[in-house]
Amino acid sequence: MLRVLTLLLLCQLTGEIAARAASLPLPGPVIGMVLMLGWLAYNGGVDADTAKVAGGLLEHLSLLFVPAGVGVVLHLDVIAAEWPAILAALLVSTFAAILAAAATMRWLAPADGGSSK
Amino acid sequence: MSDQLFQAWVYLAATPLVGLTATLLAYQIGYAVFLRANRNPLANPVLIAIALLAVLLWISDTSYQRYFEGAQFVHFLLGPATVALAVPLYRNFQTIRRTAFAIGAAIVVGSLVAIVTGIGTAWLLGASRQTLLSLAPKSATTPVAMGISEQIGGLPSLTAALVILTGIIGATFATLLLNAAGIKDWRARGLSVGIAAHGIGTARAFQVNEVAGAFAGVGMGLSALATALLVPAIVKLLL
Repeated sequence: MLRVLTLLLLCQLTGEIAARAASLPLPGPVIGMVLMLGWLAYNGGVDADTAKVAGGLLEHLSLLFVPAGVGVVLHLDVIAAEWPAILAALLVSTFAAILAAAATMRWLAPADGGSSK
Repeated sequence: MSDQLFQAWVYLAATPLVGLTATLLAYQIGYAVFLRANRNPLANPVLIAIALLAVLLWISDTSYQRYFEGAQFVHFLLGPATVALAVPLYRNFQTIRRTAFAIGAAIVVGSLVAIVTGIGTAWLLGASRQTLLSLAPKSATTPVAMGISEQIGGLPSLTAALVILTGIIGATFATLLLNAAGIKDWRARGLSVGIAAHGIGTARAFQVNEVAGAFAGVGMGLSALATALLVPAIVKLLL
């Protein structure tokens, strides 16, 4: 477990340094994800320990967004004043983006057997 | 007795323990409600947890900064968790590589639609310029969206709140919406939710199907890049 956590943090740290040094428009953790992918490809697979730690972190991924979300309390005044525009914009654009992206993907992706019933 | 209680209060107010414990408790209450509701996406655990914590901060007259001193330990794990997305990505790498062109096209289309319809709707309904700028990058994952917001003159902390709300909306309604549209392909379903609703959408996709989750992770990572490149150009053009 310690080895996997160290590896994840090393990938993230390298990603953060690369993002800043080359002023890339990508966040450090996303670059770290690519580095980690390279490491798994280099090793030719995912060992049980890595699968366990990654699975543990991803099982409750949505918990990790709670602290930033509570930050909504800092902007209750803006939201109270403009909530109809904000709510409508979030709903319309999220729905439109999901449908547009899914339709594009379905249109262009070669078929495979992995579809849901 | 009341003096001892006061001492306890002074201790609790100064330690990160309370913010951290409250975050975990609130999320577990939210998750228990979600399970009780037969995993109905309308009972979103993140939304429930945020609402409970916001009320708790208001009742106890605690500042967000004080709360975050404890909650930052949970927040910090977002980084390593994003790196860990490489594992499901690797497992589905063959499927992903075969559809690379379609993924690229869906990411550009999805990110563009998210930005333009978001700014457009808010503008039509009379939102302020600052809100429009803070809203523009809201489909990207939190750290990227905050960076873009700062760069174009929005309010990064307002952007963070809008990003989370976007994720909750996407996670809550994606299943209904995609079913209604008759899109059954797990690749298209996952990818679109990752593009439109970043990590919260990705978390939701993993709950439903591993292939959908892996594609959502790809959508989240690459739409962050697309949004970072598109938003400054669109803002210059439209605002």
